Amino acid sequence: MKNVYENQMKLEFISKSDNESFARIAVAAFAAQLDPTIEELADIKTAVSEAVTNSIIHGYEEKEGIVKIECKLFADSIEIEISDNGKGIEDIEQARKALYTSKPELERSGMGFTIMESFMDEVKVESVLGIGTKVTMKKMVKTSNVLEDEQITI
Amino acid sequence: MCVDFNKKDKLLLFRITEEIDHHSSEKIRKRADYEIQIHIPKKVIFDFENVNFMDSSGIGMLIGRYKLVKMFGRKLKVSKCKTQYKKSFRDVWSIKVNNN
Repeated sequence: MKNVYENQMKLEFISKSDNESFARIAVAAFAAQLDPTIEELADIKTAVSEAVTNSIIHGYEEKEGIVKIECKLFADSIEIEISDNGKGIEDIEQARKALYTSKPELERSGMGFTIMESFMDEVKVESVLGIGTKVTMKKMVKTSNVLEDEQITI
Repeated sequence: MCVDFNKKDKLLLFRITEEIDHHSSEKIRKRADYEIQIHIPKKVIFDFENVNFMDSSGIGMLIGRYKLVKMFGRKLKVSKCKTQYKKSFRDVWSIKVNNN
């Protein structure tokens, strides 16, 4: 029953940069149910931060819009979908390239997608010009299961 | 963020106390540029001891400050980075700085 998710949540907020920390903390709190390591949680937070920042600066170009996050928890992984109804990406392949940025004047490092790719196990980007962009990321979480693996005798 | 300028050694210290993302890096950038330009320090130090989170916006902000400080022919140091973001930061830093 691999495709049945165990828990789900949806989140919508205005594309204000103040909400970047709210978004990653909310997703991390939800992901905590899987009992991830601190490192795995940090990876998830960073990837969410990158995707949400992209929606705010590039998708909506700092104008007001709605950013949506949908998370699904599976037994051993989390799937995070971050979408906006912004301007869309013309050339996804170019956008995903390390060090490429469409806004060099903003001191962007051009590492957003590269960080998402290296911190998460799967990253899928779908975009339609004028309609919006959807980033779907998946992270495998190795649940420790200490109690099941080792019998504790008192 | 706490700012400390040591007049004797011309040392400018930024002790960052918040998580660094696109939102907070804008604020840090404005404050840091202002302080660097009025003091023209010999050395600028960003103390990351209390930074528990940084994404690529923070890297962009630091590279920008590095370029500014270098323009005055001075030095910039980032100290006490946490392991969570140190690796990605090091890689990007060396690529960006060596390519420019």
